[in-house]
Amino acid sequence: MILGYAGKFLEIGLSEGAFKDVTFDDKLLKDYVGGRGLAAKILCDRLISKWEELDPLGPDNVLLFLPGPLTGFFPGGRVCVSGKSPQSNGVVGSTVGGEFGVELRCAGYDGVIVTGQAKKPVYVFIKDSDVEIRDASRIWGKDGKETNTLLNKECRRLLSERYPRYGEWKEPAKLYIGPAGENKVRTAVVMAKWTHAAGYGGYGAVMGSKNLKAVAVKGTGPLPEVADLGKVRRMIDAVDKSAYENVLWRRWGTGGGGYSFAAKSSSEPIRNWQEEWHDEKGYGVDQFESRLWVKQSWSDFGCGTNCMKIAQVKSGKFKGAITDNPDYEMEAYLGPNLGIFVPEENVFMASLIDDLGLCGIQTGNVMGFAAELFQRGILSKNDLDGIELKWGDTEAFAKLAKKIALREGVGNLLAEGTYRAALKIGKMKGKDVLQYAVQSKGIGIGAHGIRSGKDFSTDIGYACSVQCGDHTSITDLPVDGALGEVWAVFNDSAICCNFSGGFGLPRNLKFDFYNAVTGLELTRQKWGKGGGLKTLQIQRALLLLGGPDLKWNPKVHDDNPSRFYEPLPSGPYKGKAADRTSVRESVQKYYQEAGWDENGVPKSETLKKLELGDVDKALRKLRK
Amino acid sequence: MLVPGADFPHLCAQCEDYPCVEACPFKALSISRKTSAVLVNDEKCTGCGKCIEACPGRIPHMHPADKKIVICDLCNGNPQCVKVCQEGGWNVLKTVTRGEHPYRLYARKPEEQTRSLAIKLYGEKAEEFI
Repeated sequence: MILGYAGKFLEIGLSEGAFKDVTFDDKLLKDYVGGRGLAAKILCDRLISKWEELDPLGPDNVLLFLPGPLTGFFPGGRVCVSGKSPQSNGVVGSTVGGEFGVELRCAGYDGVIVTGQAKKPVYVFIKDSDVEIRDASRIWGKDGKETNTLLNKECRRLLSERYPRYGEWKEPAKLYIGPAGENKVRTAVVMAKWTHAAGYGGYGAVMGSKNLKAVAVKGTGPLPEVADLGKVRRMIDAVDKSAYENVLWRRWGTGGGGYSFAAKSSSEPIRNWQEEWHDEKGYGVDQFESRLWVKQSWSDFGCGTNCMKIAQVKSGKFKGAITDNPDYEMEAYLGPNLGIFVPEENVFMASLIDDLGLCGIQTGNVMGFAAELFQRGILSKNDLDGIELKWGDTEAFAKLAKKIALREGVGNLLAEGTYRAALKIGKMKGKDVLQYAVQSKGIGIGAHGIRSGKDFSTDIGYACSVQCGDHTSITDLPVDGALGEVWAVFNDSAICCNFSGGFGLPRNLKFDFYNAVTGLELTRQKWGKGGGLKTLQIQRALLLLGGPDLKWNPKVHDDNPSRFYEPLPSGPYKGKAADRTSVRESVQKYYQEAGWDENGVPKSETLKKLELGDVDKALRKLRK
Repeated sequence: MLVPGADFPHLCAQCEDYPCVEACPFKALSISRKTSAVLVNDEKCTGCGKCIEACPGRIPHMHPADKKIVICDLCNGNPQCVKVCQEGGWNVLKTVTRGEHPYRLYARKPEEQTRSLAIKLYGEKAEEFI
C-alpha cells in the first residue's frame, strides 16, 4: 500500500440503502493520485460505455467526494466533489475547503462514492467506521445556514448520547445542499461550513437528484501514516512561513480583487462583461475591511494563511446578512457584473446566494446575462415575472435569485444555466442571444477576463480547458507551460489549496510534499509529460462524448465567448480584444501538443501510449 | 461546535483550587511542582469522566482511541500552542506568570463561551444560531 492513504473508500448505494468498503490498487492510485484524477478514472471505468445517454441528474450518475493524499497535511484541507456534470456533461473536479476531507481520512476513508437515488430525503452520518443513512425530511427545504445549524445540533446530540463520558466534541464536518440543490438547479453548489462551496460542475443538483441533503463526518483516528514525518513537518512549516511573509495576502485574501482586477488589470466582469474596467474606490478592500469584516482571520483547520474573513452588514436595508470575505469571485459576479458597486449590497447578495445553495459565479453569470437581455429589450418585464431587472438594483436581483433556486416562473428557465437558457430564449424570441452568453461549454467563465492580457488567464485558457469556464483550471501553451492545466490537475488530485502559503512557494514544493507523504518519487517533469495528461485525456474524452441533452462540437465550442472578441470599451486597455485568428491557431497548436487530432479528439496513439485503450474504443464513433 | 464559524480553543484554565484533581476517584490526576499544571497518570486513569463533570468549564478531553483523559500540561512550561500563535502573528495566546490572573474566571462551559463569541461576531443575529 502507498503511504499517505487511509487504505479504503466508502461506497454508499442510496437505492438499496447499503454501503461497503472498496479499494483501488496501488498503480491506479499512483497514476491518478486522488481527488479530480481519481474521480475521472472512477467515472470512466464505471460509466464510459453509457456516458452519452447518461443523465447527470438521473439515478445512474455517480457522485464522488474525494480528498487526496495531501489532504490534512498540506495546510488548508480541501476535498474534491465530482461526478458527471449537469453543466458541461463532462467531469469537473470541484474542490471545496473545510474539514470534511480531514475528518473523513481520520475516520479511515480516502473518499466516498455515492450511487443510486434515495426514495426520500436522507443524510449520511459517518463516525469512524459507523455509517448510517438517516432521515433528512426535517432538514429538507431549509436554507444553508439553517441546514448547517440543524445538522450541527442533531450530530452533537447523537454524539453526546452515544458517547456520554466524552465531553464536548468539535463539530463534525459537513457537505450539504440548500434549496437550489434540492430543486436540481444546474447552478447549485455543494456547501461546506457556512459559506464554502464546490461551485463549478453543479454537483449540488446531483446531490439533490439523489435526495441526499448532506454528508456529515466525524473521524477520531489519526491521519494516515506518512513516509517521512520529519520532512512533512518541515514542508508544512515552509508553507506557513511563506504565508507569514505574505502579510497583505493574509490580511485581505482575494478580497482586494474587486477593485484591483478592474482598476489595474481590466479583467473584471462588469454588467455581463460589457466592460471590464471600473475605478470605483468605494469598492476597495479597505471599505470591506472597515465596514463589514467582523472576523479578520478565518481559516480551515491547519491553515496558517487565514485568508478568509467573516463579513456582516451592520446597518441599512440589508442589516444582518452574513457571509465570508466575500472573495474576489463573489465580489465581482455578485457586484459589478450586476451593476452593484456597494460593499453592503454585495455582502447581502453573497449571503443570499449561500443560503439558497447557489453558485455565485454561475448564478451571477446567468443573472447578468438576463439583465443584459432586459437592457436590450429582448426580455421584457413581463418575461421576467414583473421584475424590472435594472443594473445595480440589488432587490430585483435578489428576487430573481430566489426564483432561480426555487425554479419558479422565469427562474425555472434561468436555473438551466447560461448556455441552456440562451438556447431556450433564442428559440422563444427567434433571436441569436448566444452572443451575450459569456460561458464556455455550459460553464460560465470565471471572473478573469482575457481581453486586456493583463490577468493570469490566457487567450485559450477557457477555450481548451477540460473544465471549460473554470478559472482555476485554465490551459496554456505549451501544455505543461507555467499555467498549463496539468498543474491544476495535480492541485485538485493530491489536493493543495491554491492560496495556502500565499505566493512565492517554490515550484517543486507540492511535488516534494507529495513524495514526503507517499514515499514515491514524482517530479514536475514526470507529471507534466505523463500522469497529469492521463486525467486530462479522460476528462476531454468524457466532455466530448457529452450527454443526452447537449454535445459539444470542438470546431464551434473550443472557442471564447464572442464577447471576448469585442474591443474593451473603456479603461486603460480600451480597444483591446482577443484575436480570432491567433486564438484559432493556438487552439490547433494546443490540440497537437495534447495529442488530439485536428478536430480536437484525442488520437488513438496518444491514448494507447497512456494505457487508455478503453477511452480510445469509446471515442471511435467521434473520429469520422 | 454550537454555532458554526465560532470556533475557539477550549483548554484548561489552570484553576487554583483544582476541582478535577479532587474529583478523581482513582488519584490519576496530580499537580506539577514545576508548572502547577494538572498531570494525568495514564496507568491510573479509567476514563470515568468524573473530572469532566467536576470542571467548571467541562474542559478535560477524553482521548477517543485510548479512552484516557487529556488535560493541558503546559508542555512542561514551554507551551507549543503559544509559540506557533506568536510565530504566526496572531498574538492571541501568551504565557503569563502564575498568580497574575483569577484563572477560574476563564474556565467557561462551551455553551457560554460560544454565546459570547457569537454575539461579539454577529450581534443580535447570533440568537438564530445558538
